[in-house]
Amino acid sequence: MTDQTSLFEYLLRLGDNTLVLGHRVSEWCGHAPVLEEDIALANTALDLIGQTQMWLGLAGEVEGAGRSADDLAMLRDVWDFRNLLLVEQPNGDFGQTLMRQCLFDAWHLELLPDLTRASDDRIAAIAAKALKEVTYHLDRSSETVIGLGDGTEESHRRMQAALDLLWPYVGEMFTPDTVDDAMHAAGIAPDLTALRARFDTRIDAILAEATLTKPDSSFAQSGGKTGFRHSEHLGHMLTQMQWLQRAYPGATW
Amino acid sequence: MYAQMVKSEATQDDPEKLAGFQARIDAGEKIEPKDWMPEGYRKTLIRQIGQHAHSEIVGQLPEGNWITRAPTLERKAILLAKVQDEAGHGLYLYCAAETLGVSRDELTEMLLDGRMKYSSIFNYPTLTWADMGAVGWLVDGAAIMNQVPLQRTSYGPYSRAMIRICKEESFHQRQGYHIMMKMAQGTPAQKKMAQDALNRFWYPSLMMFGPSDKDSVHSAQSMKWKIKMNTNDELRQKFVDQTVPQAEFLGLTVPDDTLCWNDEKGGYDFAEPDWSEFFDVIQGNGPCNTERRAARNKAWDDGAWVREGLIAHAAKKRAAKLAAE
Ligand SMILES: [Fe+2]
Ligand SMILES: [Fe+2]
Ligand SMILES: [Fe+2]
Repeated sequence: MTDQTSLFEYLLRLGDNTLVLGHRVSEWCGHAPVLEEDIALANTALDLIGQTQMWLGLAGEVEGAGRSADDLAMLRDVWDFRNLLLVEQPNGDFGQTLMRQCLFDAWHLELLPDLTRASDDRIAAIAAKALKEVTYHLDRSSETVIGLGDGTEESHRRMQAALDLLWPYVGEMFTPDTVDDAMHAAGIAPDLTALRARFDTRIDAILAEATLTKPDSSFAQSGGKTGFRHSEHLGHMLTQMQWLQRAYPGATW
Repeated sequence: MYAQMVKSEATQDDPEKLAGFQARIDAGEKIEPKDWMPEGYRKTLIRQIGQHAHSEIVGQLPEGNWITRAPTLERKAILLAKVQDEAGHGLYLYCAAETLGVSRDELTEMLLDGRMKYSSIFNYPTLTWADMGAVGWLVDGAAIMNQVPLQRTSYGPYSRAMIRICKEESFHQRQGYHIMMKMAQGTPAQKKMAQDALNRFWYPSLMMFGPSDKDSVHSAQSMKWKIKMNTNDELRQKFVDQTVPQAEFLGLTVPDDTLCWNDEKGGYDFAEPDWSEFFDVIQGNGPCNTERRAARNKAWDDGAWVREGLIAHAAKKRAAKLAAE
């Protein structure tokens, strides 16, 4: 793989994570448990969509084939998506959505500070902007996970179920492959395995306060960020997200 | 309008107090929550502000319907931000209503069990992307017609909520119009979508102002109290006069054969909407009443464990803090 190809792949990973998660979170709009949560979820989704525009915009630039962020978002099929399996998991109940958010935010917040020091200024600049937003995302998602974990019996049970369900998708975030290695070697991305200890410290503290038990399995599903094997959920999401662009090719909106 | 056919409450207060109150309103003073007010004024306001708040909340649904299908990232972000604004409007308005002694939860329950209404317009389906344009352009446009004068309403908290809301509503309308413009200038299929959206939303938008209220006693009382600032017909006329040239600019046809400029009155003559349809919608028989109410009820019911969980957690935290002191 040439450097540019790895860089393109890596930028797709960053952009597809925020694209897919932003889309999932936006599915809540108008249906949240309280008005304040509705507004907060929309905020998170908006931040993620904004980050997507920047990451995928840069990806298109690096690719040099004239594809815009919208082209990349709307006109690729499942196998070309490079997001983590975690973010494409369905919303489930509100607890599951917030648990997914918290796990992702905790990872994201370890990754971004390193990206702000990337040897590529364009990446550093996007990461710096995203970092501010993601700091707030984790504050909010962790607070909610704690509140619901340590709330009523029912909310505790639901949060534990959400954690058990989503835990197998945590490992993929920290398992490096050739793209991650190339980015690390180029001084762009951190060593993913080094993020794990920091993530664990943070998540352990959150889960302890939430009175939740971390599953003791370290089994990790994989196949999202390489695009080798996504879950069945992603295709349905794309069907909806890409429908207008697919049905009316070439139209501008 | 977002508040349609709000019945004003009869008032049986001390005539002297009433006269003093009316004098304050006539002098253009604002009534604040701690001030004396007639019971009828308070109740009418609760009904009107509550209905308005509910409209903002239910109004999230028809547009929320297209967030996951928005054609570009930018359009998705704009639409999401818009629907988020509407939730914020609901929040301001519930807060304004709370100053009159009714809680958000009480009002919500009345929405959920059908005791309180929301605007008829949100019981119509959004079927294509052009509907996002039509809703912003026509529905937010009609809302602005009513809300701009309400910035001068006599009740302080309501007036201040309206001032914040109006700023955002005019953005919404411009964004909606921009969607329509893109489509009206787009491919034949897009143009067809735009015309179809106008065809479906024109009369429901005219209905938003409510039936003619020239003979309504309720309107007279509300206007005297400056809870209602214009008659329904005045606002509808203003809306038509503003909107027809905009439709012409888009190259779209308003679905009304009788529409024509009347030099004498300096406005358009236009066809009335089908008021029997309006009453059907108000009574719960609109195309989407069932879905809208079901969606709000589902969100509320599904969210019960979340609200209870967070309340329980806050209580534990308080108890722990107290024990530590
Ligand atoms: Fe609004
Ligand atoms: Fe509105
Ligand atoms: Fe609006």
